[in-house]
Amino acid sequence: MAPSLEEPEPVADVIENPLKSKPELVAPEPEHCPGPESEQAGKADNCAGCPNQAICASAPKGPDPDIPLISARLSGIKHKILVLSGKGGVGKSTFTTMLGHAFAMREENNVGIMDTDICGPSIPKMMGVEAETIHVSGTGWSPVWVTDNLGVMSIQFMLPNRDDAVIWRGPKKNGLIKQFLKDVEWGDLDFLLVDTPPGTSDEHLSVNSFLKESGIDGAVMVTTPQEVALLDVRKEIDFCRKAGIKVLGLVENMSGFVCPKCTHNSQIFKATTGGGAALAKEMGIPFLGEVPLDPRIGRSCDYGESFFEAFPDSPACTALKGVVRGLAEQIGIDAKLVLPDD
Amino acid sequence: MSLSKVKHVILVLSGKGGVGKSSVTTQLALSLSLAGHSVGVLDVDLTGPSMPRMFNIEEAKVTQAPGGWLPVTVHEANAETGVGELRCMSLGFLLKGRGDAVVWRGPKKTAMVRQFLTDVLWGDLDYLLIDTPPGTSDEHISLAETLLKDARPGQVAGAVVVTTPQAVATADVRKELNFCSKTGIPIVGVIENMSGFVCPNCAECTNIFSKGGGEVMAQEFSARFLGAVPIDPQFVMLVESGAKPVYPAGTMVNGKDMSGANASTEQAAQTTATTSRDSALLADKYRGCSLEPIFNQITRDIVTAIG
Repeated sequence: MAPSLEEPEPVADVIENPLKSKPELVAPEPEHCPGPESEQAGKADNCAGCPNQAICASAPKGPDPDIPLISARLSGIKHKILVLSGKGGVGKSTFTTMLGHAFAMREENNVGIMDTDICGPSIPKMMGVEAETIHVSGTGWSPVWVTDNLGVMSIQFMLPNRDDAVIWRGPKKNGLIKQFLKDVEWGDLDFLLVDTPPGTSDEHLSVNSFLKESGIDGAVMVTTPQEVALLDVRKEIDFCRKAGIKVLGLVENMSGFVCPKCTHNSQIFKATTGGGAALAKEMGIPFLGEVPLDPRIGRSCDYGESFFEAFPDSPACTALKGVVRGLAEQIGIDAKLVLPDD
Repeated sequence: MSLSKVKHVILVLSGKGGVGKSSVTTQLALSLSLAGHSVGVLDVDLTGPSMPRMFNIEEAKVTQAPGGWLPVTVHEANAETGVGELRCMSLGFLLKGRGDAVVWRGPKKTAMVRQFLTDVLWGDLDYLLIDTPPGTSDEHISLAETLLKDARPGQVAGAVVVTTPQAVATADVRKELNFCSKTGIPIVGVIENMSGFVCPNCAECTNIFSKGGGEVMAQEFSARFLGAVPIDPQFVMLVESGAKPVYPAGTMVNGKDMSGANASTEQAAQTTATTSRDSALLADKYRGCSLEPIFNQITRDIVTAIG
């Protein structure tokens, strides 16, 4: 067995408080391990003969004692919305930032964005707060405030260097997500938006299990029109069903591109199987709308500006406003209270 | 280990999702195979496998043979045309329904990656391309650990790192380059994908995701820059519906007139585009794609670089 490449504690100086996590094992988990944190730990058939058996069997069992703490910490948050997609690079983070900016346009709304993409955090750059660090006080961690009513939390704020790789396996990622929920002082928020990495694995399971008790409004799915992307998004919807997360709706991003010179509309990622609209119909979930490709969106993200404020008259912005209003409807609030009229 | 008869292992990596890792893997595989090499593609994106769709073999299932799994054949070697064989292995072949979610935590993903590396009967291969999910987590750590432990010295040629030009993407890909240097995986080179889009109507080139970010990043990390690949909706269509690429008259790529190559078949191709996949080999149809000359060059550079 080669030495593990997982780094011992790369951001140890920032993550001071020890977490309740899996017990200290003396050997790697075997293939059919029920999970050292699970109810069956140390007792399942596969545990017989495992060097960890005694350790797992004596570890504390039952629901995570931190969940009530998380629920207490998040009690001042009215709506919690997940942004999901099975596929990478479809615009989850872009959509999350735009949703955040849209919600925060009304001064009375307080909005928080939590970036659970541990290995590839994009939110800080898109929000223009990449160089910030978090402040730790006796009562918890303060989020980084982009504006008076828009706060952000991401692992990027904890890295000593901007380009540092976070080489972590699942349990460690789960530990950090738990800290984001348990220790961050969000205060009273109207909306907490949770941006996620692509896939259906540790981060998604953790967010769901930690937030279940305090209540999740639901998840917004982001996709692009082509079947290669829809295929993975279908899996994510299946995951939501299995995990009992309500799907608030599906957004199709990168739908068509209008040439700035001749205004010809090209379907770059052509919807050969009907695109997002057909998938939403097939899965019985609301379709929130199509957002076209606009080079200015990418540029706004690179410079950390709000696309909403910079180009309010662009077709992409109009489409996005429609999506935000549709989403507001799905979580049962008046669209006028979310996005001021034009 | 099942990789004993594999000459070179190349990883396709990117810290960012959706930049075209699987598209690049597909095209490298087609290009290497068109050059006469025998190629295997291993898809270790467990929660979002794309390779079966890319090669249009979604219906295929993996066969269990004594000693391991047999990969799915995309096409056989053809001595006449000088095309090498192309085979593929993905978790997609092991799922019951194509929409089924694979909800696995780390240890199970680790076990699967190890199994893919040890139990697939590749046989003799010139190149094994490994397509990966985004990030620097379980799958990547397991890949690196297993390969460092089991591979022959020099067998792992290194990583082809894919990015798109915009800063938001290169920020994540920089992390992946640091991952490579920490784990001792050599970097074969950087490919900038989605670098510009040429309007099919007026030939105006728009840099939808800006331009040049990949090249600058490669310079900063002293890595070889393998090339910039534009967005080609015809390639998307080739993968999506098996339609043969068609270009308007006057489309020039690297000095080669792409429209001329297809002029005689244009009519026929247009009808197939609206119906369904025709039976010609994916590799044959790819010859008519505007990206083929670009990948041909990239492939030659890679082959020269790794010897």
